[in-house]
Amino acid sequence: MIVTKPKPFRKIKQFTDPHENILVVGCNTCTAVCLAGGEKEAEQLAARIRLHRRRQGLGGSVETVTVLRQCEHEFNEEIAEMVEGRDLLLSTACSIGPQALAERYTGVRVAPAMNTNMLGMVKEHHVWSEYCVACGDCGIYKTGGICPIARCAKQLFNGPCGGSQGGRCEISPDVDCVWQQIHDKMVSLGLEDDLKKIMGPKNWSWSNHGGPRTLKKEGFQP
Amino acid sequence: MRSGSTLEKVLKAGAFAVTAELGPPKGADAQVIIDKANILKGHADAVNITDNQTAIARMCSMAAARLVIDQGLEPIMQMTCRDRNRLAIQADILGAAALGVKNLLCLTGDHQSFGNHPQSKGVFDLDSITLINMVKDMRDVPAFQCGEEITMAPELFIGAAANPYADPFPFRAIRLAKKVDAGIDFVQTQIIYNVEKFEEFMAQCRELGVSERCHILAGVAPLKSAGMARYMKKRVAGMDVPDQVVERLSSATDAQDEGIDVCVEVIERVREVEGVAGVHIMAVEWEESIPEIMKRAGLKPGSASL
Ligand code: SF4
Ligand code: SF4
Repeated sequence: MIVTKPKPFRKIKQFTDPHENILVVGCNTCTAVCLAGGEKEAEQLAARIRLHRRRQGLGGSVETVTVLRQCEHEFNEEIAEMVEGRDLLLSTACSIGPQALAERYTGVRVAPAMNTNMLGMVKEHHVWSEYCVACGDCGIYKTGGICPIARCAKQLFNGPCGGSQGGRCEISPDVDCVWQQIHDKMVSLGLEDDLKKIMGPKNWSWSNHGGPRTLKKEGFQP
Repeated sequence: MRSGSTLEKVLKAGAFAVTAELGPPKGADAQVIIDKANILKGHADAVNITDNQTAIARMCSMAAARLVIDQGLEPIMQMTCRDRNRLAIQADILGAAALGVKNLLCLTGDHQSFGNHPQSKGVFDLDSITLINMVKDMRDVPAFQCGEEITMAPELFIGAAANPYADPFPFRAIRLAKKVDAGIDFVQTQIIYNVEKFEEFMAQCRELGVSERCHILAGVAPLKSAGMARYMKKRVAGMDVPDQVVERLSSATDAQDEGIDVCVEVIERVREVEGVAGVHIMAVEWEESIPEIMKRAGLKPGSASL
């Protein structure tokens, strides 16, 4: 899923202080599952902003509404009445959410309350790890089902660099060397010979480096 | 001959090659390079010109390589994948060849988080192996990576690095074999202090036929102090400094002298290892130690005997 992390409150203050009528817009999909910006967190954030504004003697109002999926206009449509008269929409969705709001509600300023960190997996309770960078040409069949593009600090294709040590990456003892994992997995699958083959340069044109991507499912009418 | 470089001639003649390292300055002063080149001249067959080593911005390796050529010394220009994509790399290779560079060392490069611009964006469009392959095709086809023809091929002797001390150990010789398959002519290893482990690595290389298909230069370096030994042991990823080396330096009355002795001993031992074609002496910011190391080891550059 898309993993998000709330921005520090000092940033939120910078966004909200100049405004009067603020609507905090939560999202009940990814950002709710990673306990960052669902209904509950949106309400907590609104309460904190209200408290801060009272202390600073700032007037205005701060209210909350939560949509099921902020990355779809269909759901954002439902809050049209709530948006009426606001001068700031503070979104707690991943960064697609505030952009969707900006697209739908063109006359209102929008701010992100979250930092969108990664496409990640829940490793344990409250811990997420990056697993994919959406390169557009998934090659993990060749690497034991483990992604070296998202999980190797140098995005290597042909095995561990000279800094791999004791299963850890050269950048930090807290980071796993994913190529050690790929190596061990391929050995355990009896596929180590595959790692001896040279993997050619990656075609990055399928990734964001090819320009912003649009996906159209064939055979469907809009 | 692939490039006609001195290094290539020495290695192909079967003479024992000596290469050294010359780090460009963190400034625009050509004199720094000229001075270092004159210390190293006559003591090495060629010198590596590092490319933003440890991700610290410095004078570029191409300009420094040309300054070294002007001093009558042969450069081995280093090229990393961290700071350039395949367009920039190919452009730089053609430019370097036009300026007279004949040896190119292909590296992935240290991660940018180690250097003085940890906020920078790492490129890593290619890795060392895909880079080697690209350079080989530029020279031998000759064509750009996209397949388009190159009108005048860059004649380069292609090198790479190998680290016998990184993990997973059983894959290190295999990875070097991949570099050979990709097109290298020579390789320089990580600094050796643990000779036993290096011997094990070399045995694997011989088994894979690597030492027959490329020239292996053993990496060595003089330690300047016990503190430096400890730092390398603890902090530098992929380094193996045995405790007894650290102890020798800490108990020595003259640590620098002892550091040179340790280096000379390593040279004497690796020379005897089957498949070792030369040494690469990395005396970074201590270039003056090289003539002394050569003297104590009874070494002369291979080119002296050609
Ligand atoms: S190879 Fe690409 S698509 Fe597959 S997991 Fe890695 S980044 Fe994602
Ligand atoms: S140590 Fe492993 S994960 Fe880190 S950059 Fe090298 S190969 Fe990639």
